[in-house]
Amino acid sequence: MDATSFVTFLSAALFVIGALGVLLRRSALLIFMSVELMLNAANLAFVTFAHRWGQLDGQVTVFFIMTIAAAEVAVGLALIVTIFRTKRSTSVDELAQLRG
Amino acid sequence: MMINSTDVVAVLPFISVALGSVGLLIADLLIPAERRHVTAWLAAALLLTAAVIALSLLGSPTFEAFGGMVISDPTAFFLDTLICTIGLVTILLTLRYNQVRGILRGEFYILLALSISGMTLVTHANNLLILLLGIELLSIPLYVLCGIARPRLESEESALKYFLTGAFASGFLVYGIALTYGASGTLSLQTAPAAPNVSGDPLLLIGIGLILVGLGFKVAAVPFHLWAPDTYEGAPTTVTAFMATATKVAGFAALLRVLHGGLPGMESTWQPLVAIIAAATMIVGNLAALAQQNLKRMLAYSSIAHAGYALVGVAAHDTTSVVFYLTGYAFTTLAAFAVITAIGSSEGEEMQFLEAYSGLGRQKPLLGAVLAIAMFSLIGIPPTVGFIGKYFVFQAAVAKGLVWLAVLGVLTSAMAAYYYLRVVMVAFIREGSAAAPLPTPSAPRNLAAAISVAAVFVLGVVPALLLSMIGNGMLSTTP
Amino acid sequence: MTMAEWALLVLLGALSLASALGLLLSRNAVYAALFLVLNFSVGAVIYLLFNAPFLAVTQVAVYAGAIMVLFVFVIMLLGAERLAPAENPPGLAYQRPLAIILAVALLAVAAWALLSGAQIEPSPSVAPRPDSSPQAMGMWLFGPYLLPLQVVALLLLAAMVGALVLSRKS
Repeated sequence: MDATSFVTFLSAALFVIGALGVLLRRSALLIFMSVELMLNAANLAFVTFAHRWGQLDGQVTVFFIMTIAAAEVAVGLALIVTIFRTKRSTSVDELAQLRG
Repeated sequence: MMINSTDVVAVLPFISVALGSVGLLIADLLIPAERRHVTAWLAAALLLTAAVIALSLLGSPTFEAFGGMVISDPTAFFLDTLICTIGLVTILLTLRYNQVRGILRGEFYILLALSISGMTLVTHANNLLILLLGIELLSIPLYVLCGIARPRLESEESALKYFLTGAFASGFLVYGIALTYGASGTLSLQTAPAAPNVSGDPLLLIGIGLILVGLGFKVAAVPFHLWAPDTYEGAPTTVTAFMATATKVAGFAALLRVLHGGLPGMESTWQPLVAIIAAATMIVGNLAALAQQNLKRMLAYSSIAHAGYALVGVAAHDTTSVVFYLTGYAFTTLAAFAVITAIGSSEGEEMQFLEAYSGLGRQKPLLGAVLAIAMFSLIGIPPTVGFIGKYFVFQAAVAKGLVWLAVLGVLTSAMAAYYYLRVVMVAFIREGSAAAPLPTPSAPRNLAAAISVAAVFVLGVVPALLLSMIGNGMLSTTP
Repeated sequence: MTMAEWALLVLLGALSLASALGLLLSRNAVYAALFLVLNFSVGAVIYLLFNAPFLAVTQVAVYAGAIMVLFVFVIMLLGAERLAPAENPPGLAYQRPLAIILAVALLAVAAWALLSGAQIEPSPSVAPRPDSSPQAMGMWLFGPYLLPLQVVALLLLAAMVGALVLSRKS
């Protein structure tokens, strides 16, 4: 195995752990952090592939994904704080108002 | 890089909406708080302008711009026109609704315009990065719009659910794009799998699969639909109307760009997958809608079911039929939501349950008629556009040998007739309860309803009008 | 790659996996956030190994710095560091089997890829190392990637307006 494959498999493992975190964790904050892990796994893959192809495109893309993550964090944390103010909990299980 | 006029023209609808929304942000500062409706009218004017610009560009030939990152073809400009028109109708519906429900924020219209700018970028995406950025730009303002009725808990919960699911979907989309890039060494949709020895690469197949999962969340296809009913129910009704129509159109625009516009020569790989998702979406959406007593929630499941019908056209690789179907579906759904916002704009707690509609056809015959027409078109009864739309997608499926999918579509449509007709029955046959408050009148809302109903009939009777505008669909520029 | 670089890469990989698992299993939100910071920092070192110095710096400054500080700040603000033990939630029961299926499927794919000797080739030919200095990145961002750059500017504006709408007193 060469270094590129090694890091690709590493990023795949990180992505799966992130996805598992989203599915298994119950706190909105933890779910959101797991999403960040998934995005980070994608960034790792992009850097590796940019190296593989000898291009800068993959690296530039990572730059954009970081910006997307920042924008999501701004809105997401504002939402979590807002909902906490209303009901004093961050657990998704208590989002019971809407169900049926 | 020097930007030339071709580049500007290629994304002119996007540029005008984007610049306009920044202008709107500044203008909103100067408008006193009690005159918020001025912001709304400015936003409406902006969207009308953008729609006219996109419409006037319909005749231009297909060309690429920004170094191949975006593509402009008649289908893209048509979708721009459609999305801007939906935005315009949404604003007409919103004016009175926001007033009654106490959502007095000028930012509502700015966020709506920003979301639309993202949609008008997605329709032109010829590059996976542009596709991703467009989807993010349309999603982030929508997360906020869902929660804009805070501190109402159901609105906040709707926003959080939408946000967490949307962020999860973005994760899949981004990772899928990364793997596609890894396999092909390019982000361009035109050339990605065209590189030698790439189209069978497992890396590429997994990548495309993950991209489809991400987009499946966005259009609420089964099994990625679980967020939709809760989000649609809790969000302010006009935001729900916008999500059920414009976001659906933009999500499908992304799917069409990836599957029909790009990935040349990979049809046999994705077709069975899309066909199965289409079948599951039609069945689950319609079955779940049967049990609903809440009209908003019923329309959420109905929107899932209709995504299934549009997916039939996607599986059949017939772009024109998908775009036609979405246009018809959008105007029909807007007509239905015009009635729901009317009922929702009555004083007191917002009424969403079917009970609130009993006797509507007698007390308010016009409103009742709009509701009935919308339900007939959702079933697919001629001469409404719902019938022609379904006819086109099923015909496309049969032509591609997907007869089973077309048969399933017809069967589920028959099943759907039950819950749509039940709404008409309640509105026209059941006695009205005296307690139900009457909706406050609103001229813009009536105009929105009139536009939607007119579109439902005109497109249902003369579909050729629309077909000539859509053009030949998204064709790969590479022969 | 030299032996030393390989040893470093394997060490970083192990650290990265361990911190990700820490995030997945941690019972305390602050610990989880710190595990994520560790994961991002390890990622930055891997970026350095793969000829991406500018991204490595951005990763530390933006991700491990700004974003995670915001997370920790919100956790502290809400006093939400203690997490309730995971029970089987009533409405979301479908997620557990889904998660297990996902994990098994991905393990299977990885195993199949390793066993079938699927190698992700370094590149068709020996890939050249492009200039990835901040200056070169800047030229790319304001050159071929000018349109995406303008779009993310709009995206950040939307996020800013959104965050204000959500947090301002009505």
